Amino acid sequence: MPMFLTEDQAMLKDMAGPFLAEQAPVKHLRQLRDSNDATGFSRDLWKQFAEMGLTGVLVPAEDGGSGLGHVEAGIVLEEIGRNLSPSPFLSSAVAAVTALKGADADMRGRYLPGIVAGDTVAAIAVDELRKHRPVETALRAERSGNGFRLTGGKQFVAHGHVADLVIVAARTAGAAGEEQGITLFAVDKGAAGLSVEGVRLADSSIAARMLFDGVAVDAGAVIGDVDGGWAPLCRMLDAGRAGAAAEMLGVAGAAMDMTVDYLKQRKQFGRLIGEFQALQHRAAHLYSEIEIARAATLKAQQLLDSNDAKADLMVAVAKAKTGRAAMLAVQEGIQMHGGMGMTDEFDIGLYMKRQRVLEELFGDSGFHADRVARLNGY
Amino acid sequence: MTEDASFRAETRAWLEANCPPAMRQPAGFDDAYWGGRKGHFASPEQQQWFEAMAARGWTVPDWPKEYGGGGLSPEQAKILRQEMARLGCRSPLHSFGIWMLGPALLKFGTEEQKRHYLPEIAQGKIRWCQGYSEPGAGSDLAGLQTRAEDKGDHWLVNGQKIWTSYADKADWIFCLVRTDPSQKQGGISFLLFDMASPGVSTKPILLISGYSPFCETFFDNVEVPKEQIVGAVNQGWTVAKYLLGHEREMISSMGFAAGEPSLGHQLAGEYGPIEDPVLRAEIALHDVDALAFRAMSEKFLDELKHGRAHPAQPSMMKYAGTELNKRRLELDMAAGGSDALEWESARSEQGTRPRAWLRSKANSIEGGTSEVQLGIIAKHILNLPGA
Repeated sequence: MPMFLTEDQAMLKDMAGPFLAEQAPVKHLRQLRDSNDATGFSRDLWKQFAEMGLTGVLVPAEDGGSGLGHVEAGIVLEEIGRNLSPSPFLSSAVAAVTALKGADADMRGRYLPGIVAGDTVAAIAVDELRKHRPVETALRAERSGNGFRLTGGKQFVAHGHVADLVIVAARTAGAAGEEQGITLFAVDKGAAGLSVEGVRLADSSIAARMLFDGVAVDAGAVIGDVDGGWAPLCRMLDAGRAGAAAEMLGVAGAAMDMTVDYLKQRKQFGRLIGEFQALQHRAAHLYSEIEIARAATLKAQQLLDSNDAKADLMVAVAKAKTGRAAMLAVQEGIQMHGGMGMTDEFDIGLYMKRQRVLEELFGDSGFHADRVARLNGY
Repeated sequence: MTEDASFRAETRAWLEANCPPAMRQPAGFDDAYWGGRKGHFASPEQQQWFEAMAARGWTVPDWPKEYGGGGLSPEQAKILRQEMARLGCRSPLHSFGIWMLGPALLKFGTEEQKRHYLPEIAQGKIRWCQGYSEPGAGSDLAGLQTRAEDKGDHWLVNGQKIWTSYADKADWIFCLVRTDPSQKQGGISFLLFDMASPGVSTKPILLISGYSPFCETFFDNVEVPKEQIVGAVNQGWTVAKYLLGHEREMISSMGFAAGEPSLGHQLAGEYGPIEDPVLRAEIALHDVDALAFRAMSEKFLDELKHGRAHPAQPSMMKYAGTELNKRRLELDMAAGGSDALEWESARSEQGTRPRAWLRSKANSIEGGTSEVQLGIIAKHILNLPGA
């Protein structure tokens, strides 16, 4: 598989790019923010995603989707990142779909058509404390009659306040810190005993804190095997991480482009500031970091698509590398915009805020660098 | 089975049968085979491996067959690289002819030059060196002063080069000379000549590593046959720049030839767990960058072979690859602690580790400094003003 986009993939990019630039540019995010929109994204836009066949990108053809892969999902996410388009695409069409793909026919039939149709929004509830530590999952799921009762808390659940479906990592056996004994559940909106508090984050997106107070689910809500949820959880998270890396590439690319443009317009000391070597070299270094992050992300997506045994390592590399490159892009972006970079009027600050959220999502650079070390035996 | 899959299967079987076990590990400092008139094999396995690969044209797998290459498509060449990496096969021939001059001749050489020089390179018969830098022309390479005067039936070359890698071991030189003193870039030509010509002398330079891989090279009334010029007179800068791109690719991949991008993996195998948490974290972050850069190298090669790479992209590869390698060797020294300081002991193989660390400092200088590469990226990729 050569490491550049195929013709079909290039066509998808040519479609997704203009679609998001027209329908959900940064102005769209500003409108949602300034009107204090309670949903945090546009349901109409999500429906349009469906009409364009994007919601089902990872859904197998037999389940009504287009049966494409993580490279294709990443193409859409990069454009989402580039335009800062608020969308449940990453949580619903990438992470949740990856979890549901491994479920039985009954569960696939229950949820996938709704996601493909753009009617269902799905959220991922894994984190319980302020950092992403999935192995520390402690939310309890105790057997009760034909099903389970879920008790505990989750946080940083993107779109959890409006999600029709929440995929929850819970502990059915063992103790926090153990991979064995985790089970994945599909929990429907409005379940009794579930309280949800939507919280606006720094980037104006909304994530939920969720309290499960003996929430009853039946045995059919289990995704995969009881106590054997670690493997499907990792698959779901790795899909989310590769997706977040792709979105960060879009954030980083746009931040770099607007910064380089600014260097070509802003004059000080009687010349364009882009003529100063101090800034040229920093911009060139940033370009280099983003290019390398792009390669790492594409490699991770390709390995996920070919079910390669090394995909987990490369996903960790991609999330860590892209996270750091994108952090550099937004920080250099504000610095090189000078005082204007500190104003709300300029978009660069919005990119910094979004990047901060994506950096935390599904594990930050430190978490993934540590994974790289562990997977390499040290 | 697809065509590629059957090529992969055949290649795998052939490598299994023909690559001696001793050649399935990275070449050390002294046991890489460089060919040439003075070339010698360090072991029978090295000779066997070289001859097996050379017989198939696989010292240069993707050069055309008529010039001594293997005639492989980009996809096949990639499969061969992957299969060699899978077994850990080392490169059968180290050669500036392969890495630098060959690509330039393929693009700018006459048919006669290609048929003459390329098979010699592929077969390791002639070892080449590069005459670029001069005492007064380093980063500002186009300021070079070595003169070549047109004497009718020959060029008369006078001047001095510096940092000529392995000039004392090379048979021929590809050399930038000034043929028009009134022009800068537009007055440079690209000559090829025999280092055994009367008037050529070399003097090794002792470096901080204790090694002398570089030389000063002097030309005193050296006569060079007229036809030994690549490209037109005064058009050598175009050839030189193209070749520099290939040199940058080569340098960018230094330190990755070993095939193990994870420094932590290598160190844990050698010393056991890395107990210092700060060092472990620095190594982990290095490994993130190293694994990402390996993906970048693969992507860059794919783009290059399919004509999709930005012409200035080698500068990015060179910058990032060399800075990463320097970082790797700093961490390698830190992990080795006082063991890694031993300079003269059998235990340290006469200081292989500290000498490699010091050697790496040249990576971001040779072939254009990191600062020169950043300038090229700024100008040609980012289109920043006045760069």
